[in-house]
Amino acid sequence: MTAIPKNSGKKLGLVTDLDICVGCHACAVSCKEWNAGGHSAPLTDSNAYGKEPHGVWFNRVHVYETDDGMNTRTVNFPRSCLHCEQPACVTVCPTGASYKREEDGIVLINAETCIGCKLCSWACPYGAREYDEADGVMKKCTLCIDRIYNDTLTEYERQPACVSACPTRARHFGDLGDPDSEISKLVERRGGYALMPETGYQPVNRYLPPRPRKDRAGDTGSRDRLEPAPEPVSGDGFFGWLDKALSR
Amino acid sequence: MHPAYSVILFTCSSGAGYGLLIWLATAWLGGGWNLDPPTALAASLAGLVLVTIGLLSSTFHLGHPERAWRAVSQWRSSWLSREGVAAILAYPPTLLFSAGWLWQSLPAGLMTLAAYATMLLATLTVICTAMIYASLKTIPRWSNAWVLPVYLAFSLASGGLLFAVAMSLSGAAERQLLGLVLGILTLAWLIKWGYWRFIDRQRPASDTGTATGLGHLGEVRQLEAPHTSENYLLKEMGYAVARKHAARLRRFALTAGLAAPAALLLLATAATGAGQSVLLLFAALLGLTGISIERWLFFAEARHQVTLYYGRSL
Repeated sequence: MTAIPKNSGKKLGLVTDLDICVGCHACAVSCKEWNAGGHSAPLTDSNAYGKEPHGVWFNRVHVYETDDGMNTRTVNFPRSCLHCEQPACVTVCPTGASYKREEDGIVLINAETCIGCKLCSWACPYGAREYDEADGVMKKCTLCIDRIYNDTLTEYERQPACVSACPTRARHFGDLGDPDSEISKLVERRGGYALMPETGYQPVNRYLPPRPRKDRAGDTGSRDRLEPAPEPVSGDGFFGWLDKALSR
Repeated sequence: MHPAYSVILFTCSSGAGYGLLIWLATAWLGGGWNLDPPTALAASLAGLVLVTIGLLSSTFHLGHPERAWRAVSQWRSSWLSREGVAAILAYPPTLLFSAGWLWQSLPAGLMTLAAYATMLLATLTVICTAMIYASLKTIPRWSNAWVLPVYLAFSLASGGLLFAVAMSLSGAAERQLLGLVLGILTLAWLIKWGYWRFIDRQRPASDTGTATGLGHLGEVRQLEAPHTSENYLLKEMGYAVARKHAARLRRFALTAGLAAPAALLLLATAATGAGQSVLLLFAALLGLTGISIERWLFFAEARHQVTLYYGRSL
């Protein structure tokens, strides 16, 4: 049903650390690899080895440059479904194929009842949904629902593919509805934030901001600024005479 | 937004069809306009054909048209679903109302009831169509108070132009009626002009800074796109028409949709018989052309929030 269920308190989601993401696209590739054979399989590509390849991906890694007039910095920015608490993609769905799970808040699509009208992708400001031309249905991040509850995997593997793949541990998975969970404490500690809060969709996922830049002498623990060398005091003797002679 | 021809055809065609049915129902209920019954039947059927063409075209662009029946289930939350429900509910009274023009044994009371139901459900369907767009907060150029009046006014205006042809064929296209049609057409374009003025001055709250949450670090620019070729998002939501083309197309829309039909309507007040019908037919065709250009622009000028991630502005 497209009505949004009452939340059970559990809000599974991702936290992405923009300070340490190196923009390697391992999350995107690993996601594609897993999901091309998982719950939403296949993630169709067309013209995959041609000039204009086109295909369904649940993760997209942007690279931004920020500029405050003095400094620029580069920020790698993975973008995927934020599993919003007020997902407009769910309420606009005319068939009920798009739904939010009551037990953990994951937003999913029922591929058996999706009519492929694309309206949900129009309703999402975050570009989380991509249409599969070959299947005629919309597809999106499932938070690797077929991994996180998968008893045949070792416990260590029961996390989304993007989280497992990240070589810098920039991605974290957990229950953001529980204030005492490791992930919630991480968000608290690092000042994690939601994207475009002004739209009111209340994303569950959080992003950790890049840490303040250490580009001043004081940032590294040394003196705030180096004092200019004191005026040399000319002594007596040969070097004193030389100093005076050269300073003239 | 990508201006898909199926959606432009759907909104223009069903808008005109429902508009025509509203005029015909008004003609029956008002009783003042002397429509020739066979012509009225033909006009009602034309309205139904336009509505049906629109609905079929909107169905065929689905990924799974055979599942379209499922779309009537979520009317509690989805405007698209509500539109489907309203459109289906409109068929029985509209068919009865159409048949009633020639069906002598149909009680007048039932015909009147069918006319009211036709009017109400046709209006509701147009409202639902408009609300599908007006309810999308992701597209500031759609999510505003202008969109609903624009859709309703253009539905009545295009339906009115077609109704004038039917009245002329009945030999009853009097000066007052043509004046009324011209008034509504002018009003529709005035509302559209207000819409254009509004979107040109709009200052949306979101930009790439709020989309990424990096705005506090200064101006945020896209350095590298996440993919080397276009993806679904850019094809569907990244379409943008250049401002200078938009300005020219607005002039085309106003010329074809307002100036030309207005001149033909004025000429038609002086004409009679077949000559008048031909003039009014051309007025209707030009009016629909203008509205189609307007509808194409409605999509092409709309900007989606997801494009902020690709370094664009709203």
